[in-house]
Amino acid sequence: MTLIMIVYYVICAYMIGMLVWNFIREKKSIDNMLLYLLVMIPLILRILRVK
Amino acid sequence: MSREWKIKSIFIIFVSALMIVSGIQLYRHRHYDVPIVAGPGVTKVVKLSNYCKTLKGTIADTNVFFLEGKEEGGKMLMVANTHSNEPAAILTALVFLENAIIDKGTLIIIPQFNNSGGRNTRPGDGYPLYFEIPTEWGSKKFRIGNREASPLDQWPDPDVYVHYPEKQLLSFLDVRNTNRTWPGRANGPLMEKVCYAAMQIIKEENIDIALDVHGAETMFPVTNCLVAPEKSMRIATMVALTVKAIEGFDFHVEPSPVGFRGLSHREIGDYSDAMPFLVEAPLPFLDQPTGPKTVDLLLDGKDPFLLSLSKKGKLFVPYDKTGWPMEKRVGQHCSIALELMRQFSRRSPDKVIKIRNVPRYSEVVKNGIGHYYHNPEEDKENIYYN
Repeated sequence: MTLIMIVYYVICAYMIGMLVWNFIREKKSIDNMLLYLLVMIPLILRILRVK
Repeated sequence: MSREWKIKSIFIIFVSALMIVSGIQLYRHRHYDVPIVAGPGVTKVVKLSNYCKTLKGTIADTNVFFLEGKEEGGKMLMVANTHSNEPAAILTALVFLENAIIDKGTLIIIPQFNNSGGRNTRPGDGYPLYFEIPTEWGSKKFRIGNREASPLDQWPDPDVYVHYPEKQLLSFLDVRNTNRTWPGRANGPLMEKVCYAAMQIIKEENIDIALDVHGAETMFPVTNCLVAPEKSMRIATMVALTVKAIEGFDFHVEPSPVGFRGLSHREIGDYSDAMPFLVEAPLPFLDQPTGPKTVDLLLDGKDPFLLSLSKKGKLFVPYDKTGWPMEKRVGQHCSIALELMRQFSRRSPDKVIKIRNVPRYSEVVKNGIGHYYHNPEEDKENIYYN
């Protein structure tokens, strides 16, 4: 795996972490809760390396 | 459990189910292999990676079929599914593969040129994942792919694709488009490797003519035509005039632009001795102002919005309520390929390509495409999966 790919996986993991953190912190907006989860889908699949 | 976490739990279950169900569908699509029955004319089958070692073991590696005549003659390369959402190409390639017999010369066919693109989809456009062609023994199932290779296989995309070796700046998406990455290089991005391997076939096998089979929007001027650079123009003109006069379908020639790099009809001609051609048949499925992108639209090309636009003179092809059935598109491709061989043979008597057992336009329209496909269950020894 090239260095640039490792960096991209790290960025994906970081973004998932931020989204999970925001999802947990969200108390009021139902729309935001759902959107955080939907945005996470491709990032999770990328981290899991599902092909 | 608080109300907040009840809602969050429901959302987590819903999104997880969505991810798993759609993920399984996409996984199955990516790993579905189309059985190709090598017909009586196929003499050998090799991998594209034989011509570019860096392709070996990647998903971009694909089958290359050789149909060699008993007598030496001219050599033609047919490339299909450069864009895997233009399926008349692979359907035509399979008609040749499963039926053609070469008496003189050689025909080399790559039915799934962009193998990664063929396992990709375009969910944003609501593409169906498969389509089926009815045959006399059941139906033959194909994947509907995408124009570009999957980002799962070639990633990340650059901000701008700098074409090699011409250094022209192209769209970032074109780095995954095998009709922008010609002539390619062995150590470039994956799609450049694919094109490089095809260029090696052209050089090592001394290919005389190369045909890249495509489909294009009815609202795009470069449709229903043969695209050719200067060196191929004479033959292309003869092909277009002949099929128009004899076979009765509308067809014309488009010049390959000199200043637009990376296209097969430009780079094959500039970087090898072969004469390149690119054939386009109308494909309403690709047009933007249509109804839903359904399998029916893909196969019969009937769309009320295009019909309305046709009456206003906005389309570049004749269009009526019969649409543009797949049989017409595949029939056109078959006739063009056959006529190309005939015209080349007339021009180069020492490099004749003699082929038989391939239907022309009227026969494909009359009998249907499935009539020319063999049952994989009855010919298991000659099946190749792609």
